[in-house]
Amino acid sequence: MQLPLSPTTQALAYLVSAILFIFALKGLTHPATARRGNLFGMLGMAIALGATLAGAEVQGYWLIGFAGAIGGVIGIVVARRIQMTAMPQLVAALHSFVGMAAVLVALGTFINRAQAGTLDALLIGELSAGIVIGAITFTGSVIAFAKLQGIMSGAPIKFLGQHALNALIALTTIALAVHFASTGSWVSLVLMTLLAFALGGTLIIPIGGADMPVIISMLNSYSGWAAAATGFTLHNHLLIIVGALVGFSGAILSFIMCRAMNRSIINVVFGGFGTDSSASGSAGAAVAAEKGVKSASVEDAVYWMEDANRVIVVPGYGMAVAQAQHAVKEMMELLQARDVEVRFAIHPVAGRMPGHMNVLLAEADIPYEQVQEMDEINPAFASTDVVLVVGANDVVNPAAKEDKSSPIYGMPILEAGKARQVYFLKRSMRPGYSGVDNLLFYQDNTSLIFGDAKDTIEGMVSSLKGGGH
Amino acid sequence: MPESILALYVFVLACFIGYYVVWGVTPSLHTPLVALTNAISGIVLVGALLVTGLEEAGIAASFFGFLAVLLASINVFGGFLVTHRMLSMFKKKKKG
Repeated sequence: MQLPLSPTTQALAYLVSAILFIFALKGLTHPATARRGNLFGMLGMAIALGATLAGAEVQGYWLIGFAGAIGGVIGIVVARRIQMTAMPQLVAALHSFVGMAAVLVALGTFINRAQAGTLDALLIGELSAGIVIGAITFTGSVIAFAKLQGIMSGAPIKFLGQHALNALIALTTIALAVHFASTGSWVSLVLMTLLAFALGGTLIIPIGGADMPVIISMLNSYSGWAAAATGFTLHNHLLIIVGALVGFSGAILSFIMCRAMNRSIINVVFGGFGTDSSASGSAGAAVAAEKGVKSASVEDAVYWMEDANRVIVVPGYGMAVAQAQHAVKEMMELLQARDVEVRFAIHPVAGRMPGHMNVLLAEADIPYEQVQEMDEINPAFASTDVVLVVGANDVVNPAAKEDKSSPIYGMPILEAGKARQVYFLKRSMRPGYSGVDNLLFYQDNTSLIFGDAKDTIEGMVSSLKGGGH
Repeated sequence: MPESILALYVFVLACFIGYYVVWGVTPSLHTPLVALTNAISGIVLVGALLVTGLEEAGIAASFFGFLAVLLASINVFGGFLVTHRMLSMFKKKKKG
């Protein structure tokens, strides 16, 4: 093979790489092929990078090697150390890097091409798209990260005229892009870039924390479009293909998440959850509140569970926060030793990102067959003796079915309330992330066990061990 | 066919592939899928290499390129590795 690679050889290598990426995504759709899929992805990336470095365009290697080494080490260290509970934050941070990289590549390309005198209006238009999409992805992801990490409150930030302001910023950004494309003006470039960064922030702040799984999927999608826009700028078909694949993957996930909440994407993007003042005072909740709630001890729950035939655990974000997944696994084994059937019910939007709970349960080594999706397990609740809700809330709230005035009305839920006994592990009486009161608390068959989820489960474990069966 | 129109063809057809490939994904793999797409959107690294490696690249372009290579590398290495870590946990399940 001759170096540098001819443009034809390079293009063929990119084609191989693109095919490998398609196999990578295809592999990830099924557990049996997922690991192979990831390997295809790595191989595709290696071929793409190798072909680029061996091509005629890349001349200097020092700077690239230095930057790549720093980035590589950071990436490896973070990926090894990150807690599975912090996966949403990591993903948000990585999305922001793609966005920023797309902006930097577009700016660098502009400078290089301006120097060489090969700019034209079409290219500048493509550059602008790269900058704007990349910048929105960057600040949007930074805000999502801040909300997930608890640096910023998860509550949606709303003010009067917000949508008008967003529309104004968006239109001004487009106008600046047009001006930039027709004149090549640096001032328009800088203003456009700054406004696009601002827009990323103002678009994400009104979205509530309860909608985090949608935000993560949406930003996933944006990061793909940013890569595709970079591909248009550089006339690089590999980037266009990969960007489109990632963009669509994120879009599909956003759609699945929205469907799981019975809301439209428009509703999520424009309507922050839990801000409605009517939310806390909806009629059904007010009536139920007067009935009061029952609280129970760890021993009560253990007493019911050890004689049960079937127990279903409903995990939510609270389980992740308390790091309770390993204790839950121990409890599951002790119950199974007593011939109790234990299963886990996962709502599609449980946790802070799509599939978050599955990863946590997998980390705790809980077998695959015992973890079931909503549609699969819902019919089983009626014949279940005990349901243990560990840090979930909105996803089991019957208000979604019964209370038309509730903001979560229409959302498909796990029908935990149909079981004989429901135990809610809760820190306090605070409502869920959505800010909606949970009608299930006030049902006759429901008791609340207050305290940290991990402490409570560990209490159950030691009580089960001490039971001497 | 002009270059830009060809690029548009590629883009639109790739969107269809994305749609058909990802549509059937099982919910338990949503998080690894997001992590993997994160890693492969690190493909902007290719763009970053082209900007940084250009012989005539000035200081400003080199600086932007340097940062872009750094950020995109975090994505590529971190993304694939963390996906691998997660999928290894899922693998254990089947034996158990």
